[in-house]
Amino acid sequence: MVANNTDKPAPVTRPLPSLSEPDTAGFWQATKDQCFRYQQCSNCDTVIWHPRAHCTGCTNGRLEWRESAGLGEVYTFSVVRQSYHPFFRNKVPYAIVYVDLDEGLRLLTNMVGVEDPLEDVKIGMRVKLHWEVHDELSIPLVEPVKD
Amino acid sequence: MSRSERNAAIVGVYEFPSRDVDGEMSALQIKAACASAALADAGLAWSDVDALYDASEAAPMSGLMIAEYFGLSPSVIDTTAVGGSAFEFQAAHARNAILAGKCKVALLTYGSTAHSNATAIGVGGRGFGGLTPAENMESFVGQTLVANYAMVARRHMHMYGTTSEQLAEIATATRYHAMRNPNAVQAMQDLEFIDIRETTTDDVVNSRMIADPLHLLDCCMISDGGGAVVIASADVAQQCAQKPVWILGSGEATRYPANGGDITTSAGAQSAPVAFAEAGITPAEIDVAMIYDSFSITVLALLEDLGFCAKGEGGDYAAGGRLRFDQPGGPALNTDGGGLSSNHPGMRGIFLLIEAARQLRGQSTAQVSSAKLAVAHGNGGMLGSRHSAGTIILGGD
Repeated sequence: MVANNTDKPAPVTRPLPSLSEPDTAGFWQATKDQCFRYQQCSNCDTVIWHPRAHCTGCTNGRLEWRESAGLGEVYTFSVVRQSYHPFFRNKVPYAIVYVDLDEGLRLLTNMVGVEDPLEDVKIGMRVKLHWEVHDELSIPLVEPVKD
Repeated sequence: MSRSERNAAIVGVYEFPSRDVDGEMSALQIKAACASAALADAGLAWSDVDALYDASEAAPMSGLMIAEYFGLSPSVIDTTAVGGSAFEFQAAHARNAILAGKCKVALLTYGSTAHSNATAIGVGGRGFGGLTPAENMESFVGQTLVANYAMVARRHMHMYGTTSEQLAEIATATRYHAMRNPNAVQAMQDLEFIDIRETTTDDVVNSRMIADPLHLLDCCMISDGGGAVVIASADVAQQCAQKPVWILGSGEATRYPANGGDITTSAGAQSAPVAFAEAGITPAEIDVAMIYDSFSITVLALLEDLGFCAKGEGGDYAAGGRLRFDQPGGPALNTDGGGLSSNHPGMRGIFLLIEAARQLRGQSTAQVSSAKLAVAHGNGGMLGSRHSAGTIILGGD
């Protein structure tokens, strides 16, 4: 349980990932350098996403970090019109997308770099990573690949 | 004993009538009130209960406290918690325990004060409690529950040409049934629905967008509520006050985001064939389909996954009114008014069993004439990511 701190209002920011969650810490630590890492098993070639310490394809797996080129396409999306979250309520309308990165993993993220998320997000459109920089890590968002 | 025999039945049901307890009752109190009433419905007593099922929705680690609260000494305790479909899982487990000779009378209860607590389930923050690895990869996105389901709808539209008007048919059929259920009408009044009446597809598609492409009337309500189900062995069932409603088959599954996976196919595609095969029937024989309607898209995808139509054909199938209780050509859908228009306190699965039992007893407010077979399919968690599926096939006496 998180104790309520009534001395000062909590800053209204995007909820940031934990850098100490054991399975995913290695991914988030690398984002400080804007490096998007994913895992692949050198024994059975399974691509692992989300990051974790064990291979789901074989029982004697050896996971190795690979770096994504950061390119992919939109698998599906929604544009949020109503949120009660203290940060996101002021961001509506904003687009949530599942992106299939070219290396074979499916990332849940937000689409930025579009004038109107209601009109400019399409299934199948090509996207690239757009890093939102924070102090200890960066957030992997996506933006359209300009023709 | 053969599994195809009628060896376990729903013998008692109760749905808490109010959807707004105005902070006057706790979730545990609702559970206990429903348990008493369901046992009375069956003609049984607390002391008959020897198996207890609980999803811990009203108290943590309920396997340690709920027997004490009810004053029971069960010899089977099962705390399967997989979200809103927990009650379909528990019904399957209760039947298995009865079949194994471990118990004779199983009690399932549910209680929630989501409305009184002003819990913004659909558009608030969302998580399963602790920080899981998957959540640590997703929580930065601001994905509301509605948006999670909306992503399934968007992909379904892209793949199969499904339209908002076709999704709206799910909501209008459900409202058609709700208007015949006095408790559903009262629920909509208590939750301050505006303009309570039978709806048209235009009403649905013209309601405000919550998360594209889902409109307000594609979404379920957030109510208070609760219910209880009593499941008994065949020898007990034959002595009960109500006609037994037999559990003929069950299936369970989970599904989660997979690289390259199809988001329009749910865990129901795995659980339903197992349940139908065990029951020895086909979807075409089903009279009543109680399908978890968190959102219109949930039902549309599940009509396909349960085998009522092929994947991608759910839009055409839902159109034209065949899902109404008084129309031919398909099962009657969510005849109590569903989560969309009658009762959704967060985990609706128990009401699927309750209304299916009422139908097979002949006690529904939108009664299908001579209903013989029903399916109750619960979807727990989130359809667009990790979720659970419990399918129960029920047959009348």
